[in-house]
Amino acid sequence: MMLVFVIIYQIAKASEYATILRGEGKINARVNRTMAWLLVAFFFLGLYGIWMCHQALIDRMLPISASEHGVEYDKMFLVTLVVTGIVFFITQTALFWFAYRYQSTEKRTAFFYPHNNKLELVWTTIPAIAMAVLVTIGLRNWIHMTSAAPKEAMVVEVVGKQFNWIVRYPGKDAVMGKRDFRKINDANNVLGLDWSDKDNMDDIIAQNGELHLVVNKPVSLLIGSRDVIHDVGLPHFRMKMDAVPGIVTTMWFTPTITTAKMKEITGNKDFVYEISCDQMCGKGHYSMRGTVIVETQEEYDAWMAKQQTYYASANPAPAADSTAAAQPTTDSVKAITMK
Amino acid sequence: MSDVIIQGTNVAHTHDAHGGHHGHEHHEQHFITKYIFSQDHKVIGKQFLITGIIWAIIGALMSVFFRLQLGFPNETFPIMEKFLGEWAKGGKLNPEFYYALVTMHGTILVFFVLTAGLSGTFANLLIPLQIGARDMASPFMNMLSYWFFFISSVFMFVSLFIQTGPASGGWTTYPPLSALKEASMGSGLGMDLWLISMALFVVSSLLGGLNYISTILNMRTKGMTMTRMPLTIWALFFTAVLGVLSFPVLFSGFVLLIFDRNFGTSFYLSEIFIGGKALSHIGGSAILYQHLFWFLGHPEVYIIMLPGMGMASEVLSNHSRKPIFGYTAMIISLIGITVLAFVVWAHHMFVTGMSPFLGSIFVLLTLLIAVPSAVKVFNWLTTMWKGNIRFTVPMMFAIGFVSLFISGGLTGLFLGNSALDIHLHDTYFVVAHFHIVMGVSAFFGMFAGIYHWFPKMFGRFMNNTLGYIHFFITLAGAYLIFWPMHYEGIAGMPRRYYDYSAWESFKNFESLNSFISIAAILVFFAQLIFVVNFFVSIFRGRKVTVKNPWGSPTLEWTTPINPGHGNWEGDIPEVYRWPYDYKDDGNGNDFIPQTTPLKPGEEAH
Repeated sequence: MMLVFVIIYQIAKASEYATILRGEGKINARVNRTMAWLLVAFFFLGLYGIWMCHQALIDRMLPISASEHGVEYDKMFLVTLVVTGIVFFITQTALFWFAYRYQSTEKRTAFFYPHNNKLELVWTTIPAIAMAVLVTIGLRNWIHMTSAAPKEAMVVEVVGKQFNWIVRYPGKDAVMGKRDFRKINDANNVLGLDWSDKDNMDDIIAQNGELHLVVNKPVSLLIGSRDVIHDVGLPHFRMKMDAVPGIVTTMWFTPTITTAKMKEITGNKDFVYEISCDQMCGKGHYSMRGTVIVETQEEYDAWMAKQQTYYASANPAPAADSTAAAQPTTDSVKAITMK
Repeated sequence: MSDVIIQGTNVAHTHDAHGGHHGHEHHEQHFITKYIFSQDHKVIGKQFLITGIIWAIIGALMSVFFRLQLGFPNETFPIMEKFLGEWAKGGKLNPEFYYALVTMHGTILVFFVLTAGLSGTFANLLIPLQIGARDMASPFMNMLSYWFFFISSVFMFVSLFIQTGPASGGWTTYPPLSALKEASMGSGLGMDLWLISMALFVVSSLLGGLNYISTILNMRTKGMTMTRMPLTIWALFFTAVLGVLSFPVLFSGFVLLIFDRNFGTSFYLSEIFIGGKALSHIGGSAILYQHLFWFLGHPEVYIIMLPGMGMASEVLSNHSRKPIFGYTAMIISLIGITVLAFVVWAHHMFVTGMSPFLGSIFVLLTLLIAVPSAVKVFNWLTTMWKGNIRFTVPMMFAIGFVSLFISGGLTGLFLGNSALDIHLHDTYFVVAHFHIVMGVSAFFGMFAGIYHWFPKMFGRFMNNTLGYIHFFITLAGAYLIFWPMHYEGIAGMPRRYYDYSAWESFKNFESLNSFISIAAILVFFAQLIFVVNFFVSIFRGRKVTVKNPWGSPTLEWTTPINPGHGNWEGDIPEVYRWPYDYKDDGNGNDFIPQTTPLKPGEEAH
């Protein structure tokens, strides 16, 4: 490595001396021409590179959106891409073309052109209009996706902790019971459910981070965190929301493609919808993985019928006094499940 | 060259014929007061620059280490163990330390290099020289500004070597992760040192910023009206305004964090169960910190961008031999950017659970900022149009700056629109966006500045051939690294992951990650070409033989080749015209210095 450096340096030094010997004016003209050409070459190589990059990566992108508004999302993305793509192409072409076209020569003198109000007005207005269009599309989608969830939506709670996801279903009564972080213990009450609240008795908790959803049925997620900030990232549904300790955040969407169907679409039999943690949460951040299983109503019901309530699984019969559960607690940092 | 051109009644010109040889009028100063505890703005500028370069090497080296992990998650690199010891046992980076490296890379590059190293260098060097002042309003405060930065650097540097490692919660250090020692190893002593260091950094930044503002407002030479100032000065002025108004808010955020960490308060903490027990904190808001942080954090982006914009304007105009197009529009767009920079911070927080209505306001304000940015781009392009372009090394970097600014700026339209951000947030799309626009683009502005004003700083030129090599490798490398990252982001690949191999959705980018890592490592070594060129040229570079080697109308080139403390021998020159008079002066020169009085019948710009 050092050797390469020394060689480059020596060449550079030599060419610098040559510059002085041959007279600065002359060599400058030659260097100037070379640089103008190199910039043009860079521009065309760059365009070619963009094309190559696209060809190489397009097959690895996400499959078609698996949620209703994700389809809208993809449309809006395309519109923005076209608008920015046009601007990108025009301005970059102008930049490199001007550089080449107006390279210094002995004959040329620069055109004294300090300002032109009309021109400046034009190119203040055009971006302003383009922005107005993008903002309008954006806000329309934004208002839609952040609106209140439909009444028929199923409600599921997703809680993050270092470093995994805990999912709670409201059970038969479709009501989530109260919970209190002071009642949490890792042995038999991972979410701190308040057993004095009857609504908790039929709640079901999946500690493996598996989120079961019904296809074409809206779902409203209540998102929380036990410790630091996490983020429920659902790339296949084009959705994301932080999990913040102390507050409950929400998002809703309607999954439209079952996991089984998506396996067909992608031709990947290992395909699975994943929940990624998108807010840095500590050393196990990268392994904080959950999964989403989108299935038909029948499959969902069959799965649900097999689930035990958390109360029953955490308090094997006879039902122990829950408040006495001041058991030796596990260190949640050590209890991570690293992949 | 300039000796011939500068005519007229200006007193300073009596010295011009032998300008370079009068350097020993000043009393010889002791080495310590001249180079270490110097109050000369030019020396302080160089101190900022060299400290910045050292930090840049450290910060970039960190990125090499974590890129090795990302690109080759299944390999081991024994050389890493040599550098990092226990943290890379057997040549495999420890996840905890991976996060520490990512955090430090961000902190160092954003604050120590692109804030202190960039505006510290050029505000110090250029403000007095270009407005015609002998020094800053308070040279002593200016010296303190550097030394606070130095002490801040020492704290940050020390934190790299402590047993629990430096801060590791990301450069944004969101609580509760950064507030609770149980949450991560880096949230222990490393985080305390980080906070101390950053608090000192804020002090340094305020001392500097207040000085820059008062110098620009009060110490301009006769005739140097605000509208005769070069755009570099306008840009540095607004940079300082942004810093002075937003750094104190960051400071308050840090103070509350220090209280939460050490004195049992609950500003940011509520309902937390960690380390096997429920904490007593209730009622705080983790989101409050994010508001306080981004109230600086977003203006910070422009603190980084504006000096580059100013210098690129100056360099593009000078080496195109044309006035900057739309001088007034450039100033107005700077004002627009500065004002808007304060009201867009929450676009970093669209998915924090913030009110969607508030989110939509911030969408509107954020996309508004694209308008002044677009105006600037069009004006730069028109500045080059019908010019007489000399492809000097600074000019190459200025062209690269514009190219990268366009590329990185346009992707901001995706992220600033909340309905698109909701999927792209915290993915590699963000990484690609901000690295191109405020990372590499700002660096290109800085490089343009360094190559352009190196002759003023050291009386010598940097080596051109090395400069061209440095330029092309860096430009091509930057695009090779960051362009493909957009695809990863669109595919939802989250940032700040140590390893993607367990993820069905993201593991297909493994070969791309290796490619990016190789490009990043090559670009890192290309920067060493610059470093060698810089330091060797200080002592061995080709000597500057004329006072105004670039043929520039601005004031800094009327000083002697190696100006002493006080900048001008004799009186400070008076200014008669705007700084971009690139027109025939009647003597075969294609520019007229600001110190030349208007000819009879000539109209001022």
